[in-house]
Amino acid sequence: MVYKKRLDGRKMNETREIEAKAGVIKKADGSAYFKIGKTWAYAAVYGPRELYPRFLQNSNKGIVRFSYTMMPFSGMGERVRPGPNRRSKEISMVSQKALNSVVDLVDFPNTVVDVVVELPQTDAGSRCAGICAASIALADAGVPMKDMVAAVAAGVVDNTVCLDLSYEEEHYPEFTKEKLDSEHVADIPVACIPSTGEITLLQMDGVMNKSQLIDAVNLAKEKCKEIAEIQRNAIHEKYKITTKGE
Amino acid sequence: MTDENKEENKEENKDKEIKSDSKLLVKNKDVVVPGQILAEGFDFLPSYGTYRKDDKILANKLGLVTMEGKVIKTIPMAGRYLPKRNDVIIGRVTDIGMNAWRLDINSAYTAMLSSREVGGDRGYSSYPKKGSLSKTFHVGDYIFCKIVKVNSQNLTDVTTNDRGLRKLQGGRVLYVNTHKVPRIIGKKGSMVNMIKQATDCKMMVGQNGIVWIQCDPKHEATAVEAIRKIENESHIPGLTNRVKEFLEKQTEKKLDIKEDDEEIRGK
Amino acid sequence: MDEDAQENMIKLLSENLRQDKRGFEDFRDMTIELGVIATAEGSARVKVGETELIAGVKLKIDKPYSDTADEGILMVNTELTPLSNPNFESGPPSIKSIEISRVIDRGLREGQAMDVKKLCIEAGEKVWMINVDVCPVNHNGNLIDIGAIAALAALHDAKFPEVDKEGKIDYKKKTSNKLPLKEDPLPVTVIKIGDYFLVDPTENEEAVMDARITFNFRKDGNLCAIQKGEDGPLTVDDIKKMTEIAEKTMKKNRVIFEKAIK
Repeated sequence: MVYKKRLDGRKMNETREIEAKAGVIKKADGSAYFKIGKTWAYAAVYGPRELYPRFLQNSNKGIVRFSYTMMPFSGMGERVRPGPNRRSKEISMVSQKALNSVVDLVDFPNTVVDVVVELPQTDAGSRCAGICAASIALADAGVPMKDMVAAVAAGVVDNTVCLDLSYEEEHYPEFTKEKLDSEHVADIPVACIPSTGEITLLQMDGVMNKSQLIDAVNLAKEKCKEIAEIQRNAIHEKYKITTKGE
Repeated sequence: MTDENKEENKEENKDKEIKSDSKLLVKNKDVVVPGQILAEGFDFLPSYGTYRKDDKILANKLGLVTMEGKVIKTIPMAGRYLPKRNDVIIGRVTDIGMNAWRLDINSAYTAMLSSREVGGDRGYSSYPKKGSLSKTFHVGDYIFCKIVKVNSQNLTDVTTNDRGLRKLQGGRVLYVNTHKVPRIIGKKGSMVNMIKQATDCKMMVGQNGIVWIQCDPKHEATAVEAIRKIENESHIPGLTNRVKEFLEKQTEKKLDIKEDDEEIRGK
Repeated sequence: MDEDAQENMIKLLSENLRQDKRGFEDFRDMTIELGVIATAEGSARVKVGETELIAGVKLKIDKPYSDTADEGILMVNTELTPLSNPNFESGPPSIKSIEISRVIDRGLREGQAMDVKKLCIEAGEKVWMINVDVCPVNHNGNLIDIGAIAALAALHDAKFPEVDKEGKIDYKKKTSNKLPLKEDPLPVTVIKIGDYFLVDPTENEEAVMDARITFNFRKDGNLCAIQKGEDGPLTVDDIKKMTEIAEKTMKKNRVIFEKAIK
């Protein structure tokens, strides 16, 4: 295995620096931002509120509606044309499903909780950052939920399982001059409910073998517990009592 | 951390036997968030805002811890208003139907004010004829009303047929966090009366987080700031005194208030 | 319009008071931060009171328009999404959103923020195309003025990316060359409520305004774009007064802007 030292010197199970803050969008019922490395996501939550058109309503419980958008200047290369596209619609759907099993809207039939996620800047791991921000925003809005949902992308580079690949690491074999054990890279976004260890988002892009998959998922699952603490602290910070009053 | 918790445990349950492996990890008035572990062991019981998972009790909502003996529950700090029978609220007319007005009540659901429920002591005593509903209340009007019924589908019926209930004329409407309404009103109205005394404002506070004020222009900003202050600082002890000082400074009036019981009892 | 709300606002204004205790011709506190988005060629975040917007500049090389074969292209787009305000709908933009976006765009483009001739690489074949996107994060009124400030600040922050021998852009490498800025156009919107004129309206003030005019001024003090909005009519005397108020306010804002872009 050649990839012993990561490009930025991180340990295999270390994420980039994380920063999270709750209550950042005043008009929203709940909001947050979540930064991991250079990837930065805002989330705003509105609801529960009545859902139109009526045919979308669920008479047993409220639903979560998720919208993921990259701001046009947030991509690593060219401008991203504003508006929904197929990729953003798919990410919106899997993100919504990642949150569905923790959110409990049985007391709010026929309503919707709208989660709006927008990213001003991305550097890999954007859908995971979006889910993390959304989770804080939902809690901030007082939405009933069993637990936070934390998400992080695991990865495989040169046969080494590691966490939170940066954009550069994802493209490592393309530009490195080193001789690698394997040209394959895999990107595995994982979302997890920390208190139960259950996985609510799992995707994989790239090439890897079966045993690496389980290692990667376990690595992500462990990290999600720590990320959930950061998410909870973001809300605690908002309500912190400063010793001097105001 | 463990020693401190054991101390608190002993204080809260002085007269009760506890199993040696039960541990309370939070105290009264702590802010807790979903998934946060509140207690371990089987000696404590989960209630509103909490649930049991194996041998732990976790929070399932953003809230303030309230201990009642061995029962752990939380008071919600965020979230839309949940309509309750007999609550007095302020709704905004959004639609006019054949026999009723639809109101936005700052909740997940709207409410209906049937033409039959319009009555009372403000000149709306005649039952409006069909088709002339728009002459009584218009879209955009704010109505001070009372919840008569909330059915299983969360459809809410309101009435203005009671003392003091009416369309609000003039003035200004503010949206506040519905969970802060009790602090804005204060014990037996002490807080809202203090603001009224200082600013000479007329003020109506709906349980649903809508506040209506009508002020002398000189004092309007002060009244609004006082309300926002209560909203933002309600979880910090000493609120009543801080608001009193703020109002006295802004209006240069000496205020005479009854102290909020919670403040005497509090932290 | 909520007539009670307007009546209450006019009562305040008649005593020379605003809801947030500002003067009628005062802007809220403004902060301008440059270079906040690493993936953009230039960026800025502007906060005025509670309103907060992020603007980002992206460059690419494209064919020019046939009628301006030796000129580059500048386009400014403002995305009003539900992130900052539940009243903005997702999906196709409302006519209000379109107006805001177009007024900001016209002010900068027709006001010649860029010397577009200097963006020409090869006449008729290759020119620089500059896209500025303005995204609100928090909304409490006056998106036009604050959006334009953010867009112009982002343009000042921007640098050309490196272009390799085959003409392909390497977005990861920035040169030290700034964009060819020209007239620095900036708007001031003046609104009328009853008989009173205000600048930098909050959302509550915008909700009860009778009319508004956005005046775009170049650095040399000349007007370069004007838009009247809302239903209420204005007398010529009103317009005269509003122009003077806008000019006075622009001078103050210029000073803040110049300081921030250094």
